[in-house]
Amino acid sequence: MPIVLIVAEQQPDGHLRKASLNAITAGKQLAEKAGGELHIAILGKDPAKVADELKATGAKAVHVGAAAELEHYLAETYAPALATLATELKADYVGMASTAQGKDLMPRLAARLKAAMATDITGLNGSGADITFTRPMWAGNVFAEVKLTTPVKVFTVRATEFAAAAGGQAAAEVKTFAPKVEASKTKFVEFKEVKSARPELTEARVVISGGRGTKGDFKEIEALADDLGAAVGASRAVCDAGWVPNDLQVGQTGKVVAPALYIAAGISGAIQHLAGMKSSKTIVAINKDAEAPIFQVADYGIVADLFKVLPELRAELAKLK
Amino acid sequence: MKILVTAKRVEDPESKIKVKPDGSGIVQEGLKYKINPFDEIGVEEGLRLVAKHQGEVVVVSIGGKEVQEQLRHALAMGAHRAVWVNHTGPLDQLGIAALIQKVAEKEKPDLVILGKQSIDDDQNQVGQYLAEFLGWGQATFASKVESLESAEEKNKEPAVKLTADKKAVQVVREVDNGLATLECQLPAVVTTDLRLNQPRYASLPGIMKAKSKPIEELTPEKLGVNVTPQIQVLKLSSPPARKAGIKVPDVATLVEKLRNEAKVV
Repeated sequence: MPIVLIVAEQQPDGHLRKASLNAITAGKQLAEKAGGELHIAILGKDPAKVADELKATGAKAVHVGAAAELEHYLAETYAPALATLATELKADYVGMASTAQGKDLMPRLAARLKAAMATDITGLNGSGADITFTRPMWAGNVFAEVKLTTPVKVFTVRATEFAAAAGGQAAAEVKTFAPKVEASKTKFVEFKEVKSARPELTEARVVISGGRGTKGDFKEIEALADDLGAAVGASRAVCDAGWVPNDLQVGQTGKVVAPALYIAAGISGAIQHLAGMKSSKTIVAINKDAEAPIFQVADYGIVADLFKVLPELRAELAKLK
Repeated sequence: MKILVTAKRVEDPESKIKVKPDGSGIVQEGLKYKINPFDEIGVEEGLRLVAKHQGEVVVVSIGGKEVQEQLRHALAMGAHRAVWVNHTGPLDQLGIAALIQKVAEKEKPDLVILGKQSIDDDQNQVGQYLAEFLGWGQATFASKVESLESAEEKNKEPAVKLTADKKAVQVVREVDNGLATLECQLPAVVTTDLRLNQPRYASLPGIMKAKSKPIEELTPEKLGVNVTPQIQVLKLSSPPARKAGIKVPDVATLVEKLRNEAKVV
């Protein structure tokens, strides 16, 4: 029976990374199509709490590997530990969310498993042994259907394309395993968290992004975001100029978001930005330039100065309350 | 320091990519080609490291004769030598990593720098495969804390820093929710993110000089690598187009639409 192993991720603060739940849904779909069963792996210094959260996601088993050496994530220590587990389970598929960690770790693990890999999958097709993956290429301008021909197949999951796995299922069996820990040629030095009181970009229901048109002044964008409980995003130009932190960047090279409402203020709509936001359900564009490409993907556009529109929008929305 | 840097040939990122009606590939007509932007950042970082610590930058590209254009571009930026792996036909990330592994074993660099992904297939795999194949440490998504407009950027100091004993590199990486710093023993593999540096323009003397710099030709056969792809691209398609939206005259109309039509506020 085909075995699908999804690797869950523990955040530096000890919590489960939410995108793992979306990857688990992809794993569940894959297990159904392949006629197999879903397993989950979680590694860390103390992943027990996260394992608890994973019990009710519909997996057959949750494999918990705890070791002091795994306190700080490193591809060089996590890959061998997971490779041993995947080999013991005889996993046919190993997947993880396309987070920074997923993108760093999965190819290294794939190399160890002599596996081919599909990055950022957005869909699954076929059944039984004949499974193919859909994945974006050329910044989401093209979608490819790919087939991996190695015995073990590895993938990462674009979280915004799969719903989060919900609870209510029979509790999975929690099994512990002793992760194989290898010496690493790389050492962890530090992690500097960029803290925000607002929701995470990839998880927010509403995202308000600013572009070059803001000239670096995000006050109105932040005020509207706070009114709506929204996340703040930015275009690449704005991050490159150092006006806002890099981790706010929405785009091919930044974060891929798909909120219910995306408001693009002063963003022209370069290909690279569109790749990161065009799956949003409703898109609003505010730009002084009526010819800006952003209007081609926007459901509603306003040709006007964002510094005039945003305060008005706040006032109008306040009336609804 | 000897640094091996990749220079993949890709479609110009500003190009409009169109899928052929039968889904067998993309329309090649009218496309311009460039060095993969992430690789160009890698070349720049290699040049900055060598300017500071001496050594040489060797640039490698895989493909038909046309990839010499990208090698010449890197040479014009200041790279010292080039290695061209002459191969036409399909190739996947496993094959590419296996070829670069052989080149690295031959060249014995202290550092291999690759773009974190190429902007055509967006796979983001080769650097990590390579590090595992070689048994080296990896630091992916190398970035920089400071703005590109900082004074340091103007001085073109490398962001990838050699430690005092010159046996390791410290790399600041862009990860979810923040920045992680790793220290990798040399030799190591580093992949570049966008904000690592701003690549220099090739100067006219640089372009002239590049013409006489050596390009060594290798082949998968010479390197003893079987490059039969294990990833088959069966079909390409265009993403579903969004329905054309409307322009609204004022904020009141917008809010009305968001409330009653889109039902999002």
